[in-house]
Amino acid sequence: MRKEKIFRASKYLFLISISFLSLFPLLWMFIAATNKSVDVLAGTLFPGTNLVENFKTLTANTNLYRAMWNSFKYAAVTTLASLLVSSLAGYGFEIYHDRGKDFLMNILLLSMMVPFAVIMVPLYMLFGNLGLLNTTAGFALPTVSTAFLIFLFRQSSRNFPHEVIEASRLDGLTEVGIFFRMFIPIMRSTYAAAAVITFMNAWNNYLWPLIIMQKESARTMPLLISNLTAGYTIDYGVLMLAVGISILPTLIIFLALQKNFAEGVTGSAK
Amino acid sequence: MIHTTIEKIKSYKNGFSINTKHKLIGWFFVIPGALLIFSFYFYPIIRAFILSLQGGVGNNLRFAGLFNYKRLLQDGLFKQSMFNVFIYLILQVPIMLSLALILAGILNDRTLKFRSFFRTAIFVPCATSLVSYAIIFRSMFALDGFINTILMNLNILAEPINWLGGPWTARLLIVIGLTWRWTGYNMIFYLAGLQNIDPAIYEAAKIDGASAFDRLTKITIPILKPIILLTTIMSTNGTLQIFDETQNLTSGGPANATLSVSQYIYRLSFEYVPRFGYAAAIAFVVFIIVAVLSFMQLKVGDER
Repeated sequence: MRKEKIFRASKYLFLISISFLSLFPLLWMFIAATNKSVDVLAGTLFPGTNLVENFKTLTANTNLYRAMWNSFKYAAVTTLASLLVSSLAGYGFEIYHDRGKDFLMNILLLSMMVPFAVIMVPLYMLFGNLGLLNTTAGFALPTVSTAFLIFLFRQSSRNFPHEVIEASRLDGLTEVGIFFRMFIPIMRSTYAAAAVITFMNAWNNYLWPLIIMQKESARTMPLLISNLTAGYTIDYGVLMLAVGISILPTLIIFLALQKNFAEGVTGSAK
Repeated sequence: MIHTTIEKIKSYKNGFSINTKHKLIGWFFVIPGALLIFSFYFYPIIRAFILSLQGGVGNNLRFAGLFNYKRLLQDGLFKQSMFNVFIYLILQVPIMLSLALILAGILNDRTLKFRSFFRTAIFVPCATSLVSYAIIFRSMFALDGFINTILMNLNILAEPINWLGGPWTARLLIVIGLTWRWTGYNMIFYLAGLQNIDPAIYEAAKIDGASAFDRLTKITIPILKPIILLTTIMSTNGTLQIFDETQNLTSGGPANATLSVSQYIYRLSFEYVPRFGYAAAIAFVVFIIVAVLSFMQLKVGDER
């Protein structure tokens, strides 16, 4: 019995220390954002009074609002377009499946094996030729259709009751009508999961915008904070405030929709 | 009204023509998505291969045969970047996946207090972008940064450690960072898998006198095998492609000790005098390595 107790206590101790290590860097970032750079380096662990000052310095030296708006615009367009295209495809692959479509699906899945670094140079050349550098469409297009999301929607279409389809056909709904009027409302939770994951990926994307967003006015938040570290002396208070601002939206979405996020992450693994 | 409904049912039951029509309509559902994947994944792969057979600077490209592939065999930086990513892979993936598995095992216990708090706390790093966390870690581990200050105040260190200045401490930082960011992510996969296991199996094993370790190795791991395989393949691919962290945490330094292959491709294409052909050759080698490793892992996973 004693042994059991020690085992249980050590389990909690282990969980508490891992949780602490997980949360601490984020906590430290928010504390640092409210302090002067010297205090951050001196190792302070208390919220300071320099938050407003840091914010003024940040907005004076960078195009913060522009970068926030760009990130939001790119991520929102990517999410809407990719939910539509990928769910249409996932639904089509499952509901109307035949040999040809099953084969095509298997081919599409191979695209998950393609590392981005491998295709970035040809993609960059292609988008340059199409005149899509520095544009929202340029940001979104490579991730509008992903095998991951198509697969997720194909798996969830399996749970879509066939009786609904048949009843809707008898009621005279067209095939496209069934998809928009029946499938989308019934599959809300799958859409939520897919939206959370797509939005966060787009918001956090770094390498692709680094390549194609060459104009200052087209830059995103990850590019902005990455640029802040380029100077010789770094103002850590300002830097951590910028990082904090870029993390806050995804952190809120994460905490509010954690269940959907977990579903989206693991959805295609089931 | 009733008549038309009956007509419809009849025509539906006749089936074949309608069925063919539906299958045809189905193609319109899948074609936009498929076309986009062909344009932005498969076409660029073919382009990358053609490009890799070309030499020259900028857009002045001409056919060069296998010259680029011969060149990379003698390229010290290419070998260095390959070495670096394999170090990350060998050190980080096993540590992270075992930790994730242990955590999932503990958190699957329904009698555990504060279970959802622990779960959220360990999962929360996933909400941060790779660039953001890389910069947080870089700031914390700076020479005059928080970690050194605290360690010196606690008299654990006499002199600050130059984390970002030494090749192995810098690599260690990348490994620590990756583990911090992705352990919770993988844990979620294992938790989802564990939920499909009937708790009665564990009860029965306990009654039969199986230790916690036995239960892990004889029940949990075999049942989770497909998910462990999936996470291994995902982490392997992710690590081989690492870019954001080595770019923002260590900037590839010191002296290219943390430079990743993706970063080297990026530099060859966009930072140095652009050599798209040579960059494409390296990219194509990475593609082959990723494909072969995934295939090998699938094979090994099948046999066990």
